[in-house]
Amino acid sequence: MTITANSFKTNYLPTWCPGCGDFGIWMALKNALAELGIGPDEALLIYGIGCHGNMSAWVRTYGVVGLHGRTLPMAQGAKLANHTVPVIVISGDGDGLGEGGNHFIHAAKRNPDITVLIHDNQVYALTTGQASPTAKQGFITKSTPDGVVDEPVNPLTLAIVSGATFVARGFAGDMPGLTKLIAQAVKHKGFAVVDILQPCVTFDHVHTYPWYRSRLYELSSGGYTPTNKLAAIKKALEWGDKIPVGIFYQELTSTNEDREPALTNGPLAGQTLGVADVDTLLSEFR
Amino acid sequence: MAQSITWKIGGEAGFGIMASGTMLARAFSRHGYYIFTLNEYPSLIRGGHNAVTVRIATAPFYSLDRSLHILVALNKETVELHKNELREGTVIVFDPHDYEWKEEELPPGIILIPVPFRELVQKKGGEVIMRNTVALGTSIAILGAPFECLADVVRDQFARKGEAVVNHNIEIARAGYDAVGDAATALSALRLDSIEKKNDYLLINGSEAVGIGAVRAGLKFAAIYPMTPINALISFLADHAKSLGIVYKQPEDEIAGINMAIGAAISGVRSMVATSGGGFALMVEGLSLAGMIEVPLVIDMGMRVGPATGMPTWTEQGDLQFIIHAGHGEFPRIVLAPANATEAYELTVKAFHLAEEFHVPVFILTDKYLNESQWCVEAVVLERDVVINRGKVMTLGSEKSTTSFKRYDLISPDGISARSFPGMKGGQYIANSYEHDETGMVSEDSAMRTKMVDRRLKKIAAIRKVMMPPVVYGDQSSKTVIVTWGSTLGPVLAAMKANTRIIHFPWLYPFPADATKELLTGATRVIDIEQNATGQLASLIRAETGIEITEKFLKYDGRPWLPEEIIERIKV
Repeated sequence: MTITANSFKTNYLPTWCPGCGDFGIWMALKNALAELGIGPDEALLIYGIGCHGNMSAWVRTYGVVGLHGRTLPMAQGAKLANHTVPVIVISGDGDGLGEGGNHFIHAAKRNPDITVLIHDNQVYALTTGQASPTAKQGFITKSTPDGVVDEPVNPLTLAIVSGATFVARGFAGDMPGLTKLIAQAVKHKGFAVVDILQPCVTFDHVHTYPWYRSRLYELSSGGYTPTNKLAAIKKALEWGDKIPVGIFYQELTSTNEDREPALTNGPLAGQTLGVADVDTLLSEFR
Repeated sequence: MAQSITWKIGGEAGFGIMASGTMLARAFSRHGYYIFTLNEYPSLIRGGHNAVTVRIATAPFYSLDRSLHILVALNKETVELHKNELREGTVIVFDPHDYEWKEEELPPGIILIPVPFRELVQKKGGEVIMRNTVALGTSIAILGAPFECLADVVRDQFARKGEAVVNHNIEIARAGYDAVGDAATALSALRLDSIEKKNDYLLINGSEAVGIGAVRAGLKFAAIYPMTPINALISFLADHAKSLGIVYKQPEDEIAGINMAIGAAISGVRSMVATSGGGFALMVEGLSLAGMIEVPLVIDMGMRVGPATGMPTWTEQGDLQFIIHAGHGEFPRIVLAPANATEAYELTVKAFHLAEEFHVPVFILTDKYLNESQWCVEAVVLERDVVINRGKVMTLGSEKSTTSFKRYDLISPDGISARSFPGMKGGQYIANSYEHDETGMVSEDSAMRTKMVDRRLKKIAAIRKVMMPPVVYGDQSSKTVIVTWGSTLGPVLAAMKANTRIIHFPWLYPFPADATKELLTGATRVIDIEQNATGQLASLIRAETGIEITEKFLKYDGRPWLPEEIIERIKV
């Protein structure tokens, strides 16, 4: 059976606000899975809690809707248990970088073969519009009536310095571009982070589709090659009249799973259970 | 000749105190003696003091007691800190270089044996750190065992470091052995009776027993953040990861640990976490998730003194009520509480099977005293065949791939429906933290919500059918009954007199209420003995049976119960 975006259809229709950036991410993800030939029973999607996580009801695959902020530990456990199944984390800026900030750093340094899509809209929209960790200074929200005072978290620089081996930024308003980027991230062997700029049409009247469109430019169009960490960090710090999208950094190195000797005999989930040589195991206690 | 000797060695942390205890214990356990070792560290009086107590006996016993026959002091402080454990006839082995102990400074009847540990080590070209090896030689001589008993153990201990190191250590131990000379003959009361080796016993601490149980039951994944008192389990799993084909991952915190373990379980492997109260407090949200998405998960909860950081290296049974009630919302769980290393092994094997049979979190509730003490475990128990049954799993190809799999079906009468694992054809479903329908899709429908709660709670009835009843020791008809749980059982059994009945609860939750009610009916004196300040087992018994136990012996100073303390209080 040919896999198309339609293969992932469920009986539910999205409940996102009309015009929400999540629609673009949803379509791009299904297109990317279809393009890669990954069917509903062949991938594991792990969702956080937030508007992004509601996607679980309209994508038919193996899925986990876990706890707020805990997608990455869940994904690493699942990947170590069966590393032949592609694992994709659907997270948000609040879920992944606020509640789950510590996990993000540690997941990146282990380089598990997992793709992380960060729905980055600068707000906690499901709780009706408070500032998220990526909210820019001065941004007025329900929890920051005088504007955000803290420095924002930069998901890209954080990912690069923490050890992620594929770091990219996409835009929810560019479905073909985002489809390509997600497909590249899933294909990448290692910890792939895609920060997706996503306008929140309800709680953010500053960072709108036109606001982004007038600023975004594709990194590769200027001849940028994503192979140098320092150059990548410099590019990732660019934010203002010009905002780069595309792949900032990529390297191929051993993954979390490659470093586990137990996995050389195939996935843990398929191995014989128990202890074959009990005598040897017990001999050290004699 | 002695049937039982209690030996203690103390000194500064970092001088191989713990290893000395294990080596002496092993020297005797290999020849069929019954052994128990307890470690104490650090001292509350001054930092850095380590001590190990080893009891060696010719017959099985349940607990340490107050007798201390031999105290090996690797510094002056050891004698000062353990003065209250000395009694008439206790032998103190010490180095006069540390302090010239005089009889008049000590309680009456103490026998002083000066051995120049430091000088002997130096003469043999050793380091100061090797004084414990000299002391072991001296101890073996006093206990009347052939030197070869110790040499064997020294050989194994240092084998990895090469023959030169082995021989050097044996030579140094020999110097300690020979140093006693005629003094040993005068101490004939401390010479252990010879014994015919009847059974093959292994020397294992509680954490290792849990580890052996786990891997024999098919554990494949563990994510454990370091915390006293379960660190020996981490070492066991990490050391054997390669040879047994398992993954031990050190997570960034306990929250990550439990979520990794849940992720691994969803993907089809038997997984576990281990921690103590503070770490478990961080896992509580994850526990609730495991309950909601019905993931099999084993949690080794090693209690220590709380609240907060408490006294991290001391023992307590203060988390029973916490474990029973942990997690928001209502969902089934199982709580098992082993009393010793043998039970820790058996109940861990059981925990993995229960978790996959009922798709619930299962606790092994242990404590510092159980986890870090070394116990004699009969080899045949650990060698017994373990049959691994994975519970209900989706039959491959039974579902068309155009629909989702009913992982949470409403048809199963016991509330337990088959699991599928990512990658299985047609098995896709959502393991959903939100309330959900049969395929795991989010649902806030009132009828569905009620059905799903009922479905999850139905499992309790199924669990009750396989519940272990309390274990009764002593005089079955006695009207004096002691109720106890976990590692307190040992001291209670050691204190047991005729005409007493003891009830121990290896299975604590769901609570075996009917069996308990029956056992307590007709009792004229019921005593609750626990290692906590509020009588948490007594509270549980009252909540579940309506029986109120008013006589409670509670100890919460961080030190395990001694049988003498129980005997003194029972008399009142």
